Amino acid sequence: MRTKIPLIICLVFGVIMFAQYFSSHPLALKVYNNILEWWQIIFAFTLFIGVLAFVKNNLKNISRGKEPIYKLIGLLGLVLMPILAIAGGTGIDSPFMWSFDNMLAPMQATVFSLLAFFVASASYRGFRARTVSATILLLTALIVLLGRIPLAEMVSESFPKLTFWIQSYPSMAARRAILIGIGLGSMTTALRVILGIERTYLRGE
Amino acid sequence: MRSFWRISIFFLGLIAAANPVYASNGDEKTGAWLNFDTVTTLIFSIISLLIVLYAIWSVKSGRKFKIRDIPGLKAVDEAVGRATEMGSPILYTPGWGGDIQRPTTIASMNILSSVAAKTAEYDTRLIYPTHDPVIMAVAQEVVREAAIRAGHADRFRADDVFYISSSQFGYAAAVDGIISREKPASIFLLGTFEAESLILAETGNAIGSIQIAGTDSTIQLAFFIVACDYTLIGEELFAASGYLSRNESILSSVKAQDIIKIMIALFIVVAMIWATIDPSSKWWVF
Repeated sequence: MRTKIPLIICLVFGVIMFAQYFSSHPLALKVYNNILEWWQIIFAFTLFIGVLAFVKNNLKNISRGKEPIYKLIGLLGLVLMPILAIAGGTGIDSPFMWSFDNMLAPMQATVFSLLAFFVASASYRGFRARTVSATILLLTALIVLLGRIPLAEMVSESFPKLTFWIQSYPSMAARRAILIGIGLGSMTTALRVILGIERTYLRGE
Repeated sequence: MRSFWRISIFFLGLIAAANPVYASNGDEKTGAWLNFDTVTTLIFSIISLLIVLYAIWSVKSGRKFKIRDIPGLKAVDEAVGRATEMGSPILYTPGWGGDIQRPTTIASMNILSSVAAKTAEYDTRLIYPTHDPVIMAVAQEVVREAAIRAGHADRFRADDVFYISSSQFGYAAAVDGIISREKPASIFLLGTFEAESLILAETGNAIGSIQIAGTDSTIQLAFFIVACDYTLIGEELFAASGYLSRNESILSSVKAQDIIKIMIALFIVVAMIWATIDPSSKWWVF
């Protein structure tokens, strides 16, 4: 029974969501919007569980002396931001927005900017011309890189054209082949879940 | 299966019965039970569904399907074995981009189940940080059940499957920190990844972990290919469930996927030849 009820719910809602996509009737739209609202409510409850688990985990680690500073900062952030929002509001000059603009946003930008260095190191590894295919990749990347800068157009007008051709044909063909595979994989996975063949999400069966 | 057909026929019947509302008032699109703009998708979906059902029926009548070797999935044992030998944990994360209703996340859960069963068997620690509380709840259940299935329920550590933050770079920074401090021997990056993919993969690469990755984003796949040891490309991620469990019904749906792919390829070839011969033709455009 513990497996059957979720399977029936999944089947019914899977078929409803599938059928409503092909309808523009107000009832179908209403059902769709209602289900989305239910989803938001479920998410809100699980967010509560997630935050509780986060607090519990951090407190446990602090009591065990395992990375207590990181855990304390995490907990402080979690507690302080809502307090600032409740006490001072979320206006432009509020302490909440000050913390958001001067602490959270720069920290996020810092992590994002790491990407530039990681792209450089990953490109270096990927473009090392050790094999024929790696050499082709390196040459193609060089052409595309050169074709995207104004200087290349001054050297030869063929660079931007070649870049456009590489991106529109060989590169796009490969991407579309992968996308077709992903699309079909997603579709059959969804069908397996709706038909009850795939049950891993249900107690790992 | 029977109930599926009953419900499907009921809905299709409902649509067909109510559709004269649209037919009698042809220029009024909104309010129709059947939206004719989506008919092509409906036909393709029904054909795909029939092919999947045919493949499942074939298996039930005794036909065997074989699936080619997928290096990324073959390496799962190697990754778990390496972590066990080194006495280091395994890190498994589904990325920031997905939620539980996404097929990629479901596919990732299938692989997690196999990995969790193996880690429970070898008593290796499995760390699962996530950005979504729903994924956390499902993953906890999957890991717990996998440990029970492996006969080691006591080796399930609920604290190791945890929620971090719904903020993209908050999540990336936290997982990066865990990788740097815990130094996992093996890292599984399987799910929906966005800009955080390379940040995580490069950090894992820097500490010398064996990395198995797979995602549904073609942009992030390129990053995974250069930074990870094994990458599941395209449909490989979705075939993992059947490949790892050897469940015949799941394998048959993977086979159905191949049949549909061949049909699409044939359609593309025919349309290409047709368009070359008659450039003004448009029947193949949907």
